[in-house]
Amino acid sequence: MATSELTSPRAAAGRRNGRPPALRSGGPRRLARIAGRLGAGVSWLVVVVGAAAIVLPFLWMLGVGFRTSGDLYADPARLWPDQWTLHGVRAVLDQLPFTRLIVNTFVFAGGTTVLLLLFDSMTAFALARLRFRGRNALFVLILATLMVPFQVTLVPVFLTIYHFGWLNSYQGLIIPRATSALGIFLLRQFFQQLPRELDEAARIDGANDFTVYWRIILPNAKPILATLFIIQFAALWNDFLWPLVISSQTRMQTLPAALTLFSSQSGVDHSALMAGAAISLTPLAIAFLLLQRYFVQGVATTGIK
Amino acid sequence: MTSLSPSSGAPRRRSRRRFNSAYLFVAPSVVLIAVFIAEPILQSAWMSLHDWTIGSADNPFTGLANYRSLWQDSRFWNALRVTAIYTAAVTVGQVVLGLAIASRLRRTTWYSSLLRTAYFFPFVASLVVVGIVWKFLLDPQVGLIDAWLGDLGVSNPPQWLQSTSLALPTVIAVGIWKNVGFTMIVLLAGMQQVPADLYEAAMLDGAGPWRRFTAVTLPALRPALLFTTLIATITGLQLFDLVFAMTGGGPVFSTESVVMYLYEKGFVEFQMGYASAIAWVLFIIILAVSAVQLRVARNRDGD
Repeated sequence: MATSELTSPRAAAGRRNGRPPALRSGGPRRLARIAGRLGAGVSWLVVVVGAAAIVLPFLWMLGVGFRTSGDLYADPARLWPDQWTLHGVRAVLDQLPFTRLIVNTFVFAGGTTVLLLLFDSMTAFALARLRFRGRNALFVLILATLMVPFQVTLVPVFLTIYHFGWLNSYQGLIIPRATSALGIFLLRQFFQQLPRELDEAARIDGANDFTVYWRIILPNAKPILATLFIIQFAALWNDFLWPLVISSQTRMQTLPAALTLFSSQSGVDHSALMAGAAISLTPLAIAFLLLQRYFVQGVATTGIK
Repeated sequence: MTSLSPSSGAPRRRSRRRFNSAYLFVAPSVVLIAVFIAEPILQSAWMSLHDWTIGSADNPFTGLANYRSLWQDSRFWNALRVTAIYTAAVTVGQVVLGLAIASRLRRTTWYSSLLRTAYFFPFVASLVVVGIVWKFLLDPQVGLIDAWLGDLGVSNPPQWLQSTSLALPTVIAVGIWKNVGFTMIVLLAGMQQVPADLYEAAMLDGAGPWRRFTAVTLPALRPALLFTTLIATITGLQLFDLVFAMTGGGPVFSTESVVMYLYEKGFVEFQMGYASAIAWVLFIIILAVSAVQLRVARNRDGD
C-alpha cells in the first residue's frame, strides 16, 4: 500500500523517510525516526544472532573433538569440554588410516588442480591467441559440455576407469578430472583481455608460441590462476561423489568419503568423528582466513561451490 | 616437441609452425574431454536404451523401456518430489536471506567484515562435514540442540531426522545455513558496482531506505540475482552429499533425492542402464528449469 503511494514522486518527497502512513499519527517524524532506529537495531540483532548460529556448530565440533565420549554423554548441553583431551585425535588415528586419508586427499586435490590449471591454460591460450583449424568447433564443444551435469558422465566414466584397471588408484581419481570446460572458458576470456602488444613485442624478439605462453601470458594471468587454484582445490578437497565411486578401498579413499562412511557406523566414537571432521576442515579454514579475497573473487566470478 | 626448436627462422615459415604447435597446446584437454566427457555423454545416452547390468551375460537393447519404467517408478517420483521441494525451498531461502544479510552488511566496517566472514565461512566446509556435524548436533542423545531445548523445559523435543515429516525440512534448513553466505558474497559484489550517485539522486528525490532498495538496489542487482538463483537451482537439483551424510535418504525414503536414487541404482545395484536413464531425465530437467529462469529474466529486462 505504501509502495503504491510512493510511486508518485511528489508523495515521496512529502515524507522524507518514506515511512508508511500508520506511523504518522502522533508526532509523525519523531515516531518514524524512533521506529527506524528500532528497526535497524532489531535487524542488526537478527544478523548477529544469525552469524552466531553459523559459527556455533563449528565450535561444537571442535569441543566434541577434544573431549571424551563419556564427558559428552554426561552433559551434552555444554558447548565446551570441562577437560580438553586428545582422545578424539588419537582415536581417529587409531580407527581409520587417517594419515593415509589426508595424503590421499592432498594428492587428489593438489594433483588434479595443478594438472587442470596447466591443461586448461594451454587450451585457453591456443583458443585465445593461436589460429588453427577447428578452433571454433572446439570452443563450441567445450561450451556444450559445460551444460551437461557431472552425473550424466559418471556411469560410463566409472566403466571406463574399471576397464583401464584404474579403480582405487591415484590416476583413476586424478586424470579424468584434470581438465574442466569452465576453467578453459574463464581463462580464455581472461587471456583475450590481455593486450596483444605483449605477445607481438615478444615475437619480434624471437619468442615462439611456447615462450609467449610461458613467459608472457601465464605471468600476466597470476591473479586469475591463483583464484582458480584456490577455488578448484577447495572444491576437490571437499568432493564426495566422485571419490566415493572411484575408490571403495579404505586405503584409497579421501577424507569426505571415509568420514561419511565412518559416521554411519553404529556406535561411532563421536569425539573421533568430530576430531576427524575438524582436521579435515583445517587446511581450507586456514587458507580461507588468510586468503579470503581470493575466495570472494572466485565465488563472484565462477560460481563453483 | 619439435615446435620448441629455435624459431628465429624466416617469418613466412612460422605460420606453418604455429599451426602445428596449437594442436600441442590443446592436445591434453582435447584428449581428456573426448575420453572422459564427450564420449561418456554419448555412451550414457546409448546405455540408457539398454538393460545394462554389470555382471549379466548380455545387455540387450530395450529402446525406451528404462524411461517407461521410470515413468511408473513411484520411488523415482518420490525422489523427484523431494528434490523439487528441496531445490525450491533452498533457492528461495538462500536468495532472500542472502539479500537481506547483504543489504545489512553492505557498508564495510570492522564489524560488518567480521560478520561477513562468519556467514561466508561454511562455504569452505564440505557438505559432508556440514551434514555430519548437523546430524550429531540434532542427535537426541549427544546433540546440543535437544539438550538446550531440554534445559528450556521442552520435554519432548522434535525428532528432527527420525521423523518422516520433519527430516526434509531439517535438511532444507541445513542447506540454507550452508549456502546463504555464498549468495551474500555474490550479491555484495553486485552491490559494490551500483554507482553511489544513484543513491544520492534517490535521496534528493526523497526516497526512503525501502524505496531506495526497491528502486535502485534491486534493479542493479538483477544479474547477480539471476546468477545466484541459477546456481542455487542447478546445485539443488543435484542434491546428494548432504542427504547422504545426514539421513542416507531416510527415514523411509523421505529425503531420497534423484542423484541419491541414481547412485543406489548405478553403484549399489549396478543397473547402469537404468541409472543412465535417471541421469538423462535429470539433465533434461536442469536444462528446462534453467531455460525458463533465463527466459523470465530476459522478459523482465525487456520492460
